[in-house]
Amino acid sequence: MDKLLLIIKREYLSRVTRRSFILATLLTPLAFALFFAIVSLIFSYQSDDVKRVAVIDEAGLLKGAIKDEQHLFFKFEKGPLDSLRANFKQLDFDGILLIPQLEDILDRNFTVFYYANDQPTPDIEALIEQRVTEAVRDYKIEALQLERKQLEALNTRVQLEPEPINPQASDATRLTSAIAAGMGGLMGFVMYLTVFIYGMMVLRSVMEEKTNRIVEVMMSSVRPFQLMLGKIIGVGAVGLTQVAVWTIMIPTLAILVQLLFGIDPSSMNLNQPGVEVNPDDVQAMTALALQEINNLNWWLILPLFFVFFLGGYFLYASLFAAVGSAIGDDMGESQSLTLPITIPVILALYIMMVAVQAPNSSLARWSSIFPLFSPIVMPARLAFNPPWWEIALSVILLVLTSLFFVWLSGRIYRVGILLYGKKAGFKELAKWVFSRD
Amino acid sequence: MDVPILRLEKVVKQYDKYRAVNEVSFTMPPGALFGLLGPNGAGKTSLIRIITTITKADEGAVYLNGELLNSRHPEQIGYMPEERGLYKKMKVGEHLIYLARLKGLSPAQARKEIHHWMEKFEIQDWWGKKIEELSKGMQQKIQFIATVLHRPPLIILDEPFSGLDPINTNLIKDEIYELNRQGTSIIFSTHRMEQVEEICRRIVLINKGRNILEGSVKDIKDQFKLNRYRIDFSGEVPAALIDAHTVVEHRDNYVIIQLKAGEDSNQLLRQLLQAGVPVTAFNEILPSLNEIFIRQVQEPQTA
Repeated sequence: MDKLLLIIKREYLSRVTRRSFILATLLTPLAFALFFAIVSLIFSYQSDDVKRVAVIDEAGLLKGAIKDEQHLFFKFEKGPLDSLRANFKQLDFDGILLIPQLEDILDRNFTVFYYANDQPTPDIEALIEQRVTEAVRDYKIEALQLERKQLEALNTRVQLEPEPINPQASDATRLTSAIAAGMGGLMGFVMYLTVFIYGMMVLRSVMEEKTNRIVEVMMSSVRPFQLMLGKIIGVGAVGLTQVAVWTIMIPTLAILVQLLFGIDPSSMNLNQPGVEVNPDDVQAMTALALQEINNLNWWLILPLFFVFFLGGYFLYASLFAAVGSAIGDDMGESQSLTLPITIPVILALYIMMVAVQAPNSSLARWSSIFPLFSPIVMPARLAFNPPWWEIALSVILLVLTSLFFVWLSGRIYRVGILLYGKKAGFKELAKWVFSRD
Repeated sequence: MDVPILRLEKVVKQYDKYRAVNEVSFTMPPGALFGLLGPNGAGKTSLIRIITTITKADEGAVYLNGELLNSRHPEQIGYMPEERGLYKKMKVGEHLIYLARLKGLSPAQARKEIHHWMEKFEIQDWWGKKIEELSKGMQQKIQFIATVLHRPPLIILDEPFSGLDPINTNLIKDEIYELNRQGTSIIFSTHRMEQVEEICRRIVLINKGRNILEGSVKDIKDQFKLNRYRIDFSGEVPAALIDAHTVVEHRDNYVIIQLKAGEDSNQLLRQLLQAGVPVTAFNEILPSLNEIFIRQVQEPQTA
């Protein structure tokens, strides 16, 4: 037991104190923050390509008024089109907008013309279409003598509001499932990344010990199983440390970035022309979303997430350790042995992506119980309050399977780690499991 | 006789269809400097792995200090494998402390022993150096320290001098003698016969998984000696004398004669003196371990 602790301590400290680890741990969130800051800046970027547009309004639809934009100026001209086209350059216009007569007031299509040397850019096109649409609408309302209020009442926005059958159950809002899907997807993805990154770390470290022959020295002091288990636990603790640092750092940095640059993440959609967003609504939605995130049963989800992390990590890391012991120094050779381990992990990721859309489908339910997939799929489903017996069954199966795999890998590792110069296939690995010490 | 430090009884290790160790038995008295010899692939490493509890024997028994081998014994053994490595990224000091603690030393004990050995090898300033900054020979010194610093009663050294320059070889050799003088039993495994001959007093010779020879170096040499004598002289040896004996080699200033069964060396010397040959030296030629080794390994096994 003492020896196991010593091994864990070394495996942990030798990684955590490495400069590259400290840099990666601290810089990754910073890099993410920088990335999001740049993305926000790009999306809030306004065109500085200033255009002057002459407007010929034959029908008087615009009633002599059209709002300028920062980079787009309109000027009404009496026409005719031909003389304007001839003096286009002298008058310093970039384009001519021709709004013809509205022939049939009941026609739902209306074409306006834009004369220019350059194609209109998408933002100008969208802006002009939006402005003219509004003007035509106003014109039609007046011409048809409609009541504006009645007309607006025609546009009904229907929203689905989920309500529980049992009045005592907690009430969900329409954001609940979206937030649950988002959080579930995030958790499933974090699981996938951690299992992969730290599983591979175990694999590489086992191979390294075997190739540089320290393992021969170690074996005269400790049992192979102790060394393997110590390594798996030590690297797992490194993983937890890194994830913990990030869970604290990333939200902190996100808030800092917003404070420093004054960027509201929701502003990304606001500046796109043609999208009507009520600013009050955005704030209300953000508040609602935050409330929904708060409403999730974190006291259940976080411990369960931890349990699934441990289960999934031990399951896969031990397999990676077994494979690492069988390989030796040829990383290329490792492909054929690591592939069968990585395939279930990748499959689980895809199933998880589907599962957050339909968390109660049979695919989602069965995969969240099947131990090779459950570490990734079940955390994604947790936000949807799956039945407790499914969680319990999933946890029990996962714990039993990971214990079995740790044992199995220990059997393979103990033989593989001391064997050199022999390329092992799955047949050999199976034989090692049953061979004597 | 004292309780032997190590006793093997018909130890067998089977890998698949291949029997790496085949009923090997030997006894090693305490305080011995013991040579474990054998060509490559003879089963030396398999045997050592059993003694160091890395693997288990399929049949037979191993006793350390009269006790059947068990899980507490690794702390009483220091093993320097032939294929040895260290964690490259670790610093010398912390690496040695780690290995010492795995052998059951407290941090304070470990520190004390390490400082003792580093002083002895005059490498005190290496404490904070990373292993990867050291040359191979320097790493070997660290490995030797790691092998002995828990003061085990039994030390097993597998090809300890491979890759060492003559100066460091002598340094390690002196330490081996010193440890042995203090009572440590040492198994020295190699296929370099001249080293065994120089260092060990007892040997076991392993070939194809079996031990084919065991005993003190002197006894074994006596057992395999061919009754050959070399006579150095000045002048001439009478032809009659030469013809009366089996001559192995005849040069200007010496002759090597093989005595027949029943003849003894005094008789030969007497004949030489009676013939008036000016003898300058008279030596029995003992076979080197190398010759015995090659003869035993190459001959179809009869013993």
